[in-house]
Amino acid sequence: MTGSIAAIGAGLSAIGAGIGIGLIGGHAVEAIARQPEMYNKIQTTMIIAAALVEGVALFGVVVALMQGGN
Amino acid sequence: MGPKIKIFKQKSTLFLLVFALFSLVSLKTYASGQEEHPATESDSLSAVAPHVGGHEEAKEEKVNITKVAFEHILDSHYWHFWGEGHETVALPLPCIIYSSTKGVQFFSSAVFEHGHASFGAYSLVEEEIISADPQEKITDLSITKNVVQLLLSAALIFWIFTSIAKSYKTTGVTSAPKGKQSFFEPLITFVRDDIAKDNIGAKSDKFVPYLLTVFFLILINNVLGMIPIGANLTGNIAFTFVLATCTLIITNVNANKNYWMHILMPPVPKALYIMMIPLEIVGIFTKPFALMIRLFANMTAGHIIVISLIGLIFVFQSLWVSPVAVAFTLFIDVLECLVALLQAYIFTLLTSQFIGAAVAEHHHEEGHEGEEHAH
Repeated sequence: MTGSIAAIGAGLSAIGAGIGIGLIGGHAVEAIARQPEMYNKIQTTMIIAAALVEGVALFGVVVALMQGGN
Repeated sequence: MGPKIKIFKQKSTLFLLVFALFSLVSLKTYASGQEEHPATESDSLSAVAPHVGGHEEAKEEKVNITKVAFEHILDSHYWHFWGEGHETVALPLPCIIYSSTKGVQFFSSAVFEHGHASFGAYSLVEEEIISADPQEKITDLSITKNVVQLLLSAALIFWIFTSIAKSYKTTGVTSAPKGKQSFFEPLITFVRDDIAKDNIGAKSDKFVPYLLTVFFLILINNVLGMIPIGANLTGNIAFTFVLATCTLIITNVNANKNYWMHILMPPVPKALYIMMIPLEIVGIFTKPFALMIRLFANMTAGHIIVISLIGLIFVFQSLWVSPVAVAFTLFIDVLECLVALLQAYIFTLLTSQFIGAAVAEHHHEEGHEGEEHAH
């Protein structure tokens, strides 16, 4: 087996983001089901939270990418 | 009608500012002592190969997908259209360098013949112009691919918005929009009402020009970057760095007393100040830093995925992989269309939230409830 250990780091950050965004999406669906009239507000909050989670995951990916190059 | 026209005027001056900052950041100074390195690390990921082997045979067995992918996402002194080796179709772009010994020099990148020729003491190694003279320090001010696309998108934005502004001037704001006006009006009112007004509040009008500039600059460059021969401008860290710096400056320049009080005298026991104040100060910079990384990494990652999926065909050297690869690429491309819009939206939204937090009148703790109802 060959490859860079940096790929494992990228994978781990993807797992983290997957869990985070999954929780956000799931709870947003629950919230919208409870209060459909709040749809717009929930959606905005959901996108912001997802962007923040994704931002952290992308830090991981960028570091892995940089390390993978060396 | 009046304020709207004024907004567009301010927008173009802001754009010039953004461009000026961009030019400053893309200054790269290379110590010429580095010229021994590139040859040894030419296989490394971080290095851009000078337009894959001009003298290599076309029927080369191994395809280095990483090299190809990085060539597509990084800046270049050529605008590469298609073809490899001797069949390369590329537009050479002007090189402007400031040399510490010879002053400003101006020539076309065609002199380097894709990195295979040198021009006087200069040669192009992995997209860096280096000098054979160890005494000479070069500052590269070249009009590279990304700069060309920035100028193109600036011209595009200028044309779109001046013509829309003109139609508001002639027909007024009450008549039905026509042509591209009807395409852009919902986007503009979306930025103004749903992004700026919702997050900043009463003072939002002052910031709408900046938010509109950022939104359309990112959106148009994201979309241009998705066209196969387009440059990956929004996936360039220098570009996102300038946008994030603008946000940092605008947020802190317009911040009111409450904002600074919250940073310098946070509502915590005095003993915690030694920990809280440095944290809050770091927080000023991490917010735009996250903006910078988010846009850069999202766009770069998208482009790498697309090129890697297409690259699978060449890795497996099989016709049967292509339907799968093309189907996946189509899927990712459609997803990227969404991401192009979403990233422009998120950047603008978070910028307006940072500004909103800095200009909010109320004090932090008691304010939250009140602000929610105000909307």
